[in-house]
Parts: sequence; C-alpha cells; structure tokens
Amino acid sequence: MSEQIQLPRAARVFISFVALLRANGFAVAPEQTTAFLAAVELLGPRSLDHIRRAGLATLAPPPERLATYHRLFDIHFIGHEQLTAEGAEDDEIVRLQEEGGGDEEPLLGEEANDSGLIATRSEALVERRFGQGTSGDALRRLSREARSRLPRRRGYRHRRARRGPWSDLRRTLRETVRNDGEILHLARLKRRTRLRRMLLLIDVSGSMKARTEENMRLAHTLVQATANIEVFTFGTRLTRVTRALRLKRREQALDAASHLVSDWDGGTRIGDALQAFLAVPRFAGYARGAVVVVISDGLERGDPAGLRDAVAKLSRRAWRLSWLTPLATGPGFVPRTEALIAIAPLVDEMVAGGSIAAVVSHLLSLGSRKAA
Amino acid sequence: MAVRSNIVGIDSPEALETALRAAYYLADEGLATAAYLALALGKPLLLEGAPGVGKTEAAKAIAAVLCRRLIRLQCYEGIDAAAALYEWNYPRQMLAIRQAGDESIDIYGETFLIERPMLAALRNADSTVLLIDEIDRADQEFEAFLLEFLSDFQISIPERGTVRAAERPVVVLTSNRTRDLHEALRRRCVYHWIDYPTAEREARIVMMRASSVAESTARAVVAAVGKLRREPLTKAPGIAEAVDWAEAATVLHQGGARWPDAFKRSIGLALKDEEDLRFIAPRLDALIAEAAA
Repeated sequence: MSEQIQLPRAARVFISFVALLRANGFAVAPEQTTAFLAAVELLGPRSLDHIRRAGLATLAPPPERLATYHRLFDIHFIGHEQLTAEGAEDDEIVRLQEEGGGDEEPLLGEEANDSGLIATRSEALVERRFGQGTSGDALRRLSREARSRLPRRRGYRHRRARRGPWSDLRRTLRETVRNDGEILHLARLKRRTRLRRMLLLIDVSGSMKARTEENMRLAHTLVQATANIEVFTFGTRLTRVTRALRLKRREQALDAASHLVSDWDGGTRIGDALQAFLAVPRFAGYARGAVVVVISDGLERGDPAGLRDAVAKLSRRAWRLSWLTPLATGPGFVPRTEALIAIAPLVDEMVAGGSIAAVVSHLLSLGSRKAA
Repeated sequence: MAVRSNIVGIDSPEALETALRAAYYLADEGLATAAYLALALGKPLLLEGAPGVGKTEAAKAIAAVLCRRLIRLQCYEGIDAAAALYEWNYPRQMLAIRQAGDESIDIYGETFLIERPMLAALRNADSTVLLIDEIDRADQEFEAFLLEFLSDFQISIPERGTVRAAERPVVVLTSNRTRDLHEALRRRCVYHWIDYPTAEREARIVMMRASSVAESTARAVVAAVGKLRREPLTKAPGIAEAVDWAEAATVLHQGGARWPDAFKRSIGLALKDEEDLRFIAPRLDALIAEAAA
C-alpha cells in the first residue's frame, strides 16, 4: 500500500485525509494542512509512521481523541482497521466521540457496574431530543444580570482608580511630561475583579427527567453569559458538555449536548460519577476556588458512603458548594433521604431547585453573600 | 513553506533524538518528530501533558542541542505586556526630565527601555530559545496577545516603532491543560501531547537523572509509580517524583534500611497529598512487594 503515496499526485491522498478528519469533527485549519504537507515532504516520508507522526504534530488532534485519529489514519492509509484488542476495547468511546466535538468523558469503571446492579439494569443509553420550549423570564433575567450579580473575586489585572494601593507610573509620567516635568499628583491603580469560576453539575437521571430539559437550558444561558464556567452532566456516566453549550444558538447547542450525553433518564450513581469527576486532575482543578452548583435530587442508588466522601472532597476544593434539589420546596427544608442526610452537613446550602426561577434567584443571590 | 537552514547537522527526527540524548533528555519518536518539524518549519512548538512529564526539560534540552540561551517566561494569571514584552523605566525617565532642565531630552531612548523575555528573544532570535511556560495559567487576554506575537514575530513599541526578528525565533510553549487553550493558538503551533513514558524508557530516565540508583531499584520504582498512576489520585506522580523516590529509597537503603521498608518510608516523595496517601495506605505494602518482584 505504501507505493500509493509515492505517486505523483500523492498530495491528494493527504488532503483527502484532512477532509476525512474534518468530517469526523476534528477542527483542522487550512494552514495546518499546508504545514502537514510540508512536514510529510520534509520527513521523506520513509514510512507510514512518519506520515502518522507528521499528522499528529501538525494537525494537532486533541489528546482525548487520539484513538479516533489513529483509527481514521489506519482506515485511510492502510485501508483497513488494525483489529487490536485495544481498539476493540474503546470502540464504545470512539462511537460516542465521533458524534460530537468535546468528548472527554471518563466512563465509570467496571467495578461501579458490578456494585450497582439495579443501576446497571436501568442504565438506558438513549439519545434525547429537546423540544422547542419557550425561554422563561427567569432565563432572560439570568443572562441580563449574570455578569453583575454572580460572585466575583479579585483578579490580578489592574485598572485606574482614584484611590488604590499602587501608583500608575505610566500615567503619572505622561501627566508629568504634559506639565513640563512637574509631578502634580500620583495616579493610582487597584485590582480589577473578575467573575469567579463556576462549575455546574447536572443530574440527568430518570428521577430528574422532568427537570432535565430546563436545567440544560439554564446551563446554556449561563455558559453564554459568562466565560469562566464548566458544565458536566451525570447519571450513570459523567459527560463534559461545556464545549457543546458554547454554541450560540440554543437549539443547536442543546442538540449537540444531547448527542454527547448517552445516559439520559437512566439510573443514578451520583457518588461514582462525582468520584470519576474528582479522579481526573484536570476536572478536579475546575472545582478549585469555584462556585460549585449541583442540581440533583440526591436519589442515590449506589453507596451513600461513597457519595459522602466525594461531596466532602468537592466541598474542600470549592469556594462555595450549593446543592439544589427539587425535593426542597421552602426555606425550612429538612432532608429525608439517606443520601441527602449524609451530605447535608458537608454542603454550604441545600435549597430549592424545583423550578428555573428558584435556581436563577439562588444563583444571582450567591454574589451578595459572604463565603462560608 | 520556508525550511530553516540553521539546524545544521540535524536533518531528521532520528538525528534530533540522538542529539537530545546527548543533552541528557530521552525523547520518544513522537516528540523528536514534533520538535524537528517545529525547528524545520519555523513554527512554535506547543507541548501539552500532565505535570511532571518533562515539558520544561524538553525545552531546556532543545536549547542545549542548538547551543542557544534559554529565555524563560513563566506565565501567571494577570501577566501583561509590561511583564512579558517591555516596560519603560519610569522613575529614571522622571529623573532625567528633572535633570535636563530646559534642554531637550529623548526620554524614549534605549537606556530607558527595560527588556522583558519576549522582546529579548526577538532581538536575539539567532542565539536564544524562548520558553513560554505554563501558558494555561495566563488569562485569555494574554493568550490573545500571544497569538499576535506568534504569527508575525514582531512587537510594536508605540514610542519607537516596530521591532522585527531577523529570523524566526525558536519558541516552545508548554501547558498543563488545566483549561482548554484557544483553537487558534493550537493551530499556529506544531503540537505534541507528552504522555507518561513507557516503563522501559522511564527506568532509563531515572538511571540517567540519578546516577547513584541501581538498575533494580529504578525498575522497582518505575513499576510502583506506574501502578500509582492507574489509581484515581489527586496528583499522580510524575517523572520527577519517580526520580526523587528512587534516590530517596537508595539513600535510606545505604543508611541501613531494608528494601521494602526504604521504599515505604520514602513514599512521601512520590505522593504529596494527604488524601492520596490515606487512600493508598492499606494497599501500599502489597503494591511495593508486587513492584519489587
């Protein structure tokens, strides 16, 4: 097969490989294609591995999609898939990955499946279509007020101020030059504030079915309104949907998210999902110093001890941890289920999450309270 | 696309790999290819990977191979042009204005300019390697600013005009991937994801970095570290931790401790998180015995 790439019209085969990558959701820019061709030429290429590595270096497939890249490469250049044990193993992941852009979901371990038989049986891998619901006043209020009312922290950039701890020498010098070298007053600087990072964890299991669609809409509004936010969904799996929700048009974004998440309306293993979240250092880092909001009814079918442990870890990392549950209806909510009783002392607050209006007003009130 | 002429003697990824080995850096084929392509195509090299897999070391080794000075710019939140590019020496300018009296004076002369890493690298493009370390720590504003620098390799100083590089500088960027970098940044660079090395290669790295460590010790440590990396830990041990652990265990052993005990007592150099230590404690004995076998 390797003679094929030595043909005079050899460039075509590389360009069609780029096209194949694009068709599978890899973002490849024209300048990367040019660099790819230059790299292949530079390397000889003396073997297929040279081409493979040139592609890796110049087309920059994201690390979590490397398996897909290698599969596509084999299909395109070798003409068949190398049926290695490894390839067969992550077949499931690959299938999911090819459907969307942001596809970093650590599947829960096999042990988790063994321990929660009930959950496994009800693990329904389905795709969910979102209807064309009307956006409520609450969401409009959220996108309008998010930037001004969500919690802020002091940033590390400076801005001009009448009073502040630093002097702005640049501005002072300019004024001095204007005044024939006389320093009349020292301009000051102070630290700018920026929005605190948010982490939204949404329960999409069967017991939350009625709320899921609205919660995803809320997540989309939040992602659009603030830049510094990460959104994950969990049920029997954990899925990062932040990238899908960055799409501006809501229907498009929710559609992309619905392809990504495969455990809509299935069972719940909150403890395992949160443990899986914390086990990826990159993800766990998102929670550090962040406003963490979990929207879940806390109907745990797994082990409450595992859940308590995970929530404790999450709470230590977070600036503030809110647990919004549709079971809570008023201010004097007392948790009744085993799981919620276990985690109640660990979270900063457990409040009503039964309607979008309630969630929005809680989110917008976070900024005006002091950290616990 | 212009191919650089200044990497004399290094005409293939394999040659670069050999040269890197002479600079005490064991690169795998992927990294050698990416680094070679970056040098040959005159593009920046973007290295991503978990903490402690040797991203910064790679940049240092590349500088050593090219016999160039390494200029390091450590990124942090809020880093701005004044810290990365150039700044005027304001107190000195003010003093100069006062001293000059009625005479005219150019307060934007070279003597008042403070060179920061990016400007220094640009002015000495033929003798330096610019390392922009942990770019994921900088904020989006700086990333956007960096994009401009990496596409044109020029800096404009309003008071003095534009500074251009005589040739394309060698730039290495590293990221721990604590956040997604902008697509445009990845696009402009030659990209390589550094993974943890294979056990075989890691054992060689440990022996190269710590010469006092015996081969059997290195293999045992690498096997144990490999097992630890598969656990759901807050902070998985990197290569540097493996080297430290092997060295510490060797020191304890020379001091009279028995082998499994020497490993166990120096675990603090591999796992540096209380939660992780507690999580692994019940199985530590078995894990070490298994690795040492």
